[in-house]
Amino acid sequence: MIEQIDLTMVNWARATFALTAMYHWIFVPLTLGLSFICAFFESIYVKTGDEQWKKLTRFWMTLFGINFAIGVATGIILEFEFGTNWSNYSWMVGDIFGVPLAIEGLLAFFLEATFFAVMFFGWNRVSKGAHLFSTWMVAIGSNLSAVWILVANGWMQYPVGMKFNPDLARFEMVDFLAIATSPVAISHFVHVTSAAFLYASLFVVAVSSWYLLKKRHLQFAKRSLTVACTFGLLASLFVAFTGDEHAFHAADVQPMKLAAMEGLYQGEAPTGLVAVGLMNFSKKPGDDQDPFIFEVKIPMALSLLANRDIDSFVPGIDDLVYGNPEKNIMGVEEKMVRGKLAVAGLGEYKAAKKTGDDLAAGKALTLFEKNSDYLGYGYLDYAEQAVPYVPLIFYSFRVMVSLGTFFIFLFLVYLYFLYKDQLEKQALLLKLGAFSFFLGLIAHEAGWIVTEVGRQPWAIQDLLPVSVARSNLDAGTVEVTFFMFLILFTALLIAELKIMTKQISIGPEGD
Amino acid sequence: MFGSLDWSTLQQLWWLIATLVGSLFVFLTFVQGGQTLLLTLSLSEDEKVLVVNSLGRKWELTFTTLVMFGGALFAAFPLFYATSFGGAYWVWILILFTFIIQAVSYEYRRKPDNFLGKGVYDAFLFINGSVGILLIGAAVGTFFTGSNFTLNDYNLVFWDHPLRGLEAAFSFFNLSFGLFLVFLARTLGALYLANNLGHETLVAKLKNSSFNNLLCALPFLLYVLIRLVMMDGYAVNPVDGTVAMEANKYLHNLLQMPLNLILLLVGLVLVVLGVALNRFTASVRGIWPSGLGTVLTCLAIFFMAGYNNTAFYPSKIDLGSSLTIYNASSSHYTLTIMSYVALLVPFVLGYISWFWRQMDSKKLTLEELNADKKSY
Repeated sequence: MIEQIDLTMVNWARATFALTAMYHWIFVPLTLGLSFICAFFESIYVKTGDEQWKKLTRFWMTLFGINFAIGVATGIILEFEFGTNWSNYSWMVGDIFGVPLAIEGLLAFFLEATFFAVMFFGWNRVSKGAHLFSTWMVAIGSNLSAVWILVANGWMQYPVGMKFNPDLARFEMVDFLAIATSPVAISHFVHVTSAAFLYASLFVVAVSSWYLLKKRHLQFAKRSLTVACTFGLLASLFVAFTGDEHAFHAADVQPMKLAAMEGLYQGEAPTGLVAVGLMNFSKKPGDDQDPFIFEVKIPMALSLLANRDIDSFVPGIDDLVYGNPEKNIMGVEEKMVRGKLAVAGLGEYKAAKKTGDDLAAGKALTLFEKNSDYLGYGYLDYAEQAVPYVPLIFYSFRVMVSLGTFFIFLFLVYLYFLYKDQLEKQALLLKLGAFSFFLGLIAHEAGWIVTEVGRQPWAIQDLLPVSVARSNLDAGTVEVTFFMFLILFTALLIAELKIMTKQISIGPEGD
Repeated sequence: MFGSLDWSTLQQLWWLIATLVGSLFVFLTFVQGGQTLLLTLSLSEDEKVLVVNSLGRKWELTFTTLVMFGGALFAAFPLFYATSFGGAYWVWILILFTFIIQAVSYEYRRKPDNFLGKGVYDAFLFINGSVGILLIGAAVGTFFTGSNFTLNDYNLVFWDHPLRGLEAAFSFFNLSFGLFLVFLARTLGALYLANNLGHETLVAKLKNSSFNNLLCALPFLLYVLIRLVMMDGYAVNPVDGTVAMEANKYLHNLLQMPLNLILLLVGLVLVVLGVALNRFTASVRGIWPSGLGTVLTCLAIFFMAGYNNTAFYPSKIDLGSSLTIYNASSSHYTLTIMSYVALLVPFVLGYISWFWRQMDSKKLTLEELNADKKSY
């Protein structure tokens, strides 16, 4: 389809997307969770009439506002980056992908934009009830936006509800409900938003712990912690539950991603889960090396996770790349043969249509349709290209899971000492709590690395590799943009961190 | 309901909806216009604080409307989205840059320890209001002057100019279009602020400023309009979809769509009326007629570009690659789904207006801002 594939450009475009998305994600989960935490605080204020709760609400709202601004700034580029750097993608799936983005704008962004101004400047301009309503609307608006962007992302991981239109050479939507209610999209959304609530709770824990360590604003900090730790504990339990569900779906629709998460090369039944492992970096698909220098496995756990059956077979990378007839798994090489037939069929169809040869067009179309499920494989040069970079995914997954488990215990311990009213005496715990926000950030970014690096080389799973999804730009152009964003976003991040820490050190009394 | 409409009706409906969002965006660029007034109108520190805080309560709405415009075009005309963003790369990247730097500036400019300093954030606001709007104008100008791209058999875009879209800003027509939008935004900014602020001397300055800025906008507007009625346009053959140059195409569009001509004239009269109201009477409500006039004028311009068998995103170098609302659109199914979603637009506009009125029912004063430590 595209004659000259310039891998350097693709890599710069991927790097730019990774850069902008990872910067954006420093702020987004805080917006998603802190908006709800502010709404909880304000609800308590409205119910009790206690001015201390209002002060508390306004303090956290100030921090919310500082974070929100840079979240918006880093977010706008993502929507348009699909067009600028991935224009072939935008054309080929715009009929489907544009819809959740437009709905996100209409249903979510306007809620946020309208009620954000009321929330910040409406304290004396609208009634107490209308103000509380606005704060809730900001929380709901932010989270609605997450619904639609994750529906869009979920669809890229598990494309449903569409068919290919050979005349226009694009995918078209045929079932909107299938896309909006895809189980992958839903499990993606619940996992990501609950993780965002956890992250925001960690933020409140970090700031409040710092106050307790400094012996400042004690009552304020403890009140904030009670709400945030309760919210955080519920969120972290939910994260664990939805994470399991998410991996279960990956096993079904993205088995290569699951195999990479586990560093599993040779499938077996039953399969153990590597709890701790040191990867052998020189391991390549198809060779005889052991993927691990050292490993501790939990027997049968991966079979249970992937198939809900402790004796079941879980395919490894080699099974998926080279095929496993015994288990009825088609290898990438065979998929590539079929994919190339689909690509050729499409080319012949377009050529026949041009010359008006309906008979040839019909034959070519049949050839295409017979093989179109493997279309994306037709653009691969060799089978191993279908394997993502395993060590990065393996370790990122473990970082995410172990931190997620740690947070459950952290919230439990905090709640215990809050209940006993002994928290301010636990200096070590408070230091750990203050630091945990950064661990939360690492867990989030690691989660996205698993999701996004884990599905390489696909922009759309099995159908469109990133090398075809890109725009026709030269590498230098995208490289320049990469550094422009790097410099700008870093400068804005420094500004945000300085402003945020200054406001925290001023504290709620500065209100 | 929408499913029974034929595809071309849906395509026309979606050109209306998408361009309505675009036209509302142009009205809301009173925020950007106001940002440039900060530096060019000699204002005291107190006056600046008032201006920034008034605009700071609306900037996000403008920003969101721009994002919505992009989203609506992506969903309804994905080939335009892919062609323009992927092709005219630099012009869009620069426009986006000016909006990225705007998004943090209100919140950060007066906060202690803000790293870059207040002056830089104010400069960001100025760049967004001037360069950002100028480039948007230049990009929209290419709806009439055309761009340098070809599409291959698979509808993938190849851009044939090293400046990748920035070349648009070097056409006198596009540049005039951009400058018209910049001065229109400043006019609207002055009108909006005059209505929103409770500060006598500042309001008097703003009432003058809206008039002066309209005078600056007029030559560019006249040039754009005269060129529009005189220039050759990109006409689509309704039978086979081929595109050919037609002398005075846009004049023909106005004459063949008399309602559009009326829309344009009423729009322009309303813009002038609003400014005159503020300049020559005691009223400060000129923003409303001028705002409505802006929306109607923009709609008329977008309709000239897209309706009546016209290619709205033409290619100068390969007429066959030109985009029309028919060949660039989403499928019938997708447009149907989106039409149902669009039923929510009145609801969204409703709550925005209701809360806008709630928030703006009292004039913004220095006393209020001084009492609120959270002000920008």
